[in-house]
Amino acid sequence: MSVAFYPGCSLHGTGNDYAQSAHAVCQRLGLDLTELEGWTCCGSTPAHNTSALLSVALSAQNLRLASDQQRDSLVVACAACFNRLRSARHEMAHDEVLRGRVEHVLEAPAPLDVRVDHLLELLLDTYGLDALAARVRRPLTGLKVACYYGCLLVRPPEVMAFDDAEHPTSMDRVLAACGAETVDWPGKTECCGANLSLSRSDIVVSLVDRLLDQAKRAGADVVAVACPLCQANLDVRQTDVTAQTGHRYDLPAVYFTQLVGLALGAGADELGLDKSFVDSRPTLAGWLS
Amino acid sequence: MPTASDIASEAALAFRARIEHLSGQTVSSCYQCGKCTAGCPVASEMDTDPARVMRLVQLGARERVLRDEAIWLCASCETCVSRCPQACRLPRVMDALRAVAEQDGYARDNRGAALLNRLFLAQIRAFGRVHEMSLVAGFNLASRRPLRDVTKGPSMMRKGKLHLLPQRSANLPAVRRIFERVQELEGSET
Repeated sequence: MSVAFYPGCSLHGTGNDYAQSAHAVCQRLGLDLTELEGWTCCGSTPAHNTSALLSVALSAQNLRLASDQQRDSLVVACAACFNRLRSARHEMAHDEVLRGRVEHVLEAPAPLDVRVDHLLELLLDTYGLDALAARVRRPLTGLKVACYYGCLLVRPPEVMAFDDAEHPTSMDRVLAACGAETVDWPGKTECCGANLSLSRSDIVVSLVDRLLDQAKRAGADVVAVACPLCQANLDVRQTDVTAQTGHRYDLPAVYFTQLVGLALGAGADELGLDKSFVDSRPTLAGWLS
Repeated sequence: MPTASDIASEAALAFRARIEHLSGQTVSSCYQCGKCTAGCPVASEMDTDPARVMRLVQLGARERVLRDEAIWLCASCETCVSRCPQACRLPRVMDALRAVAEQDGYARDNRGAALLNRLFLAQIRAFGRVHEMSLVAGFNLASRRPLRDVTKGPSMMRKGKLHLLPQRSANLPAVRRIFERVQELEGSET
C-alpha cells in the first residue's frame, strides 16, 4: 500500500513537534511518511462555516493530488484535517448531488479511490500492536497517561467510523503497547473549545480547566493528544487557566507520538519535547536517560 | 418572540426552507428534547441555547436567529450529533445560519468567529495554506485587541513554532480556481 502524509498547516507551524515526532516514530518503524506533494489547506472550520461545497472541494483537492500521485491512502495526524478529509470523502461517496457539484468545481472526477487514515489507525491496523510492542526499547513503565481524543477524531460517529465515539481506546492501546499505564478518566472526548481559542479564549480556558482537573484527579502524569489545536489549548492556555481561575496544574500535554517515540528510543530534541510551554521533560526524565 | 401570523408568513417559511436546504437537515423534525443543549460544552455561554436556535429556525425567526451570538459560539464539536434522537446534524444547521448571516450582512460587525473565518479563508486564497502568525496578528488587529496573547508569540518564535514568512503551496492556482468556481456556482443559484 502506498501512502502519502498530509501534514496540514499547523504541523508546519505551531504543531511542528507533532510532525517531528510522527516522523521519528515512523522512521523507526520503517513506515513511509512521505509528504503529499503540493498539499493545500483542508479548509478547516472556517470553510465549513462558510460553504459546505467550498469545504468539501478544498479537502477533495488533496484527495485528487494523492490520487494523481498514485497513493492508496492519505495518512493524517491532525484530528481536524483528518475530520475534514474523511468527511469530504464520505460526503462525496454518499451524496450524488454534492459529488456532481464538487466535480464541477474541481473540473475532475471525485477522487474516491484514496482512503483517509489517521496515524493512530496506521499504527493499530497496518503496523499492529504486537509489532509495535516488539520495537519498544524503553518501556514507559510507571508513566500514567490520560489519553485525550477530543472531538474530531471520533465525531460524528457515522462519518468518522473511528473507534467507539463515547469511549475510544485506540490511543490507550497504542500507549499501553509502549508500556505506559493509561488512566480511566471522563474527559476523553470532551471539547477543549477548539478555535474559540482566538475569538473567545475565556470559554477555552474554562473548558481546559475542567479537562486538566479531571486528568489530574485520575492520577495522570501527562495528557496525550492527537491534535495540534487540542495541544495548544491544553498546553499554552495553562497560564491563562491559572490567571482566570487560580488553579495551577503544571500538567504536560504531549503528542501521543512523542510518547511512542520515547518508548522507541528517540531523544528529547528529536521528538520536539523542548517545544511545549509546560515542560514535559522533568516528568519524562526517567525515560529520557 | 414571533407571533402566530409571523410564523405562518411566507418569509418565515422561506427562511426555514432556505436553512433546511443549505444544511441538508430536517429542522422541523426537532421535538425539543434538549439533549443537544445538555451535552453542549458552550451552551452555558449562549443567550440562546442550541435547542432554542432550532426552535427559532422552525418558527422562521430570521432576524432574531441571524443576529444571535450563539451561532458564532458553536465549536462544531459534534457532541449533539452523536446524541440527537432525530439524527439531526445540528452543527450543519449552525453552519447554514453562519453562511446566511455572512451572505446577508448580519456578520459585518462580528469581531469574533466570523472575522476569524474571513481572515482564515483569505489566507488560503493568498497562499493555498494558512500562515498562523499573520493570521493571529491580523485577527488581533482587526478585532481591535492588538495585545491579546502578546506574551505567547515571542515564546513560540523562540521554540521555532512560528515562521515569519508564509509558505506558498505549489497548487495555489488550483485553490484559487476552487474559490472562483464555488462562488460562480453558488452565485448562479441564489
